[in-house]
Amino acid sequence: MRYNADVANLSVNFCGVKFKNPLVLASGVLGLTASSWRNVVRNGAGGITTKSIWLQEHKGHRNPVIIGGEHYMLNAVGLPDAGIEKAREEIKKFLDWNPSPLIASIVAGKVEDFGKIAEEIAKSAPQILEVNISCPNVGSEFGRPFACVAVDAAAVTKEVKKSLHTAGVKIPISIKLSPNVQNIVEIAKAVADAGADALTVMNTMGPGMAINIEMRAPVLFNKVGGLSGPSLKPIAIKYICDIRKALPTMPIIGTGGVLTGEDAIEMMMAGATLVGIGTGVYYRGVEVFKKCTDEMSKWCTANKVKNISELIGAVKL
Amino acid sequence: MKNDFPHSVRIKKIIQETPLVRSYVFDYPVRAIPGQFVNLWIPGIDEKPISVAFDDGKSYTLAVASVGETTKTLQSKKVGDYIGIRGPYGTGYSWKPKMRIAMLAGGYGAAPLYFAAVQAIKDGCKVDFFLGARSKEHVLFENRIKKLKGVRFLPATNDGSCGFKGFNVECWQNEMAKGVKYNLVMTCGPELMMKVVSDLAFKKKIQAQVSVERYMKCGLGICGNCCVDDSGVPTCQKGTVMDNKDVRQIKEFGVYHRDSVGRKQYWK
Repeated sequence: MRYNADVANLSVNFCGVKFKNPLVLASGVLGLTASSWRNVVRNGAGGITTKSIWLQEHKGHRNPVIIGGEHYMLNAVGLPDAGIEKAREEIKKFLDWNPSPLIASIVAGKVEDFGKIAEEIAKSAPQILEVNISCPNVGSEFGRPFACVAVDAAAVTKEVKKSLHTAGVKIPISIKLSPNVQNIVEIAKAVADAGADALTVMNTMGPGMAINIEMRAPVLFNKVGGLSGPSLKPIAIKYICDIRKALPTMPIIGTGGVLTGEDAIEMMMAGATLVGIGTGVYYRGVEVFKKCTDEMSKWCTANKVKNISELIGAVKL
Repeated sequence: MKNDFPHSVRIKKIIQETPLVRSYVFDYPVRAIPGQFVNLWIPGIDEKPISVAFDDGKSYTLAVASVGETTKTLQSKKVGDYIGIRGPYGTGYSWKPKMRIAMLAGGYGAAPLYFAAVQAIKDGCKVDFFLGARSKEHVLFENRIKKLKGVRFLPATNDGSCGFKGFNVECWQNEMAKGVKYNLVMTCGPELMMKVVSDLAFKKKIQAQVSVERYMKCGLGICGNCCVDDSGVPTCQKGTVMDNKDVRQIKEFGVYHRDSVGRKQYWK
């Protein structure tokens, strides 16, 4: 292409890790195997987030686990995972291929277990750890998510930092926050004070429910599930803005309703350095990453933006 | 308009096909092509992918074997009862007019290939239907297949109680040894049988289409449970029916599959 010189630099630096573009696969989607992660990278993602990894095998919910339509998607997959050994095998396979940074998502039912799983996964040397304290779909097993109470969220953060410190590893951790709280800024501050290196804003909303009216039954096997899709974007944008204002230097992975390159730019302007895409795969296929980076490049060219990182937090409030 | 919520449909007719398999007929235009599947939902129990056994654009048939909790619960349903359906999902079989096609079906694999045969003969194709089963009573759709003009029915059973005694693949090899030339092979059945078909078709340079089945959850290419090594594509979307040249790139084909938590399970 002869206008190549005008193509914007989409690369960003997140907690010292370089991403070729800001779009990362959000946790929970296409995230089980190294092969699947590589397929996502092949389709244009700057990085990937694994499905949440447990210490031991964890059964998910029965089907239906994901339903969706024009306006929203509802999911209660229930965090199925084969545990640490399988995760290590897959992470090693992916990192040996070395296609792009890997964000390992970890989950546990108890505060101490977050420390253990962090230490175990750190041995596989992922570039970043994402701590999932906000899944809305395992409430029947574990009660209210840690992300819903400031002291609980901070306790998990401290535990993970402590165990990584003891193990002598320096991997940045991003705490994944829940939108289903009274005051997300208060939780973000508590987590920051506890030592979080970054924040992932945000998990799915709800949970919500869909009923089949002929059979008079909730459609999801788990009855309720996390709500995602395009209508989440304004909520995510506002939360990211609020957190950025309170914690101006905190790196943020923004997720929630991003479908297009313009959506991703909007989220970066709100304050995100990386932008997660999950449900976007449902609406635009796995090719969504390439489509979005093309749209971002085009926008940058039209608006004379040379480096996409200039746009982080660029909204004039 | 995207719509991946289950539709409620009433069972119109139930036919006992074999001791294990029943056909369920629904008046609803699911518009599937042969090889595609739907997700069949029973509230409070589970939802499972089931391949479409027949579809004329107005009504469609699912042939379901009673193997697990969902399919056993389905057997308790009566005509007029509701079940949930979404789809069709996945890819289907394809052919060109006037082809000579070998269909290798193992067990319940007869259902989607019967549907493919019905459609292919409309385009002037000639079909040799090699159906493998344990014994005569488990031969699915025998009468339906026999009725099709342009289809030769060539059953094979383990005990020889129906047709050839042995595997359907041997039966197919015998036909080729007699000089029958095929332009296309379609297969659906147990993976180790399909692996033999895939290898043989590759060796003999015959185009082949293979139904690659993995543990599926969403059917939408989202959850990632059915992604194969090393291509990483979800088989619910890029499969189940794949061209043999793509199947030969799937390292795990004929070796292992993954269970509901993503752990490798090796075929025995």
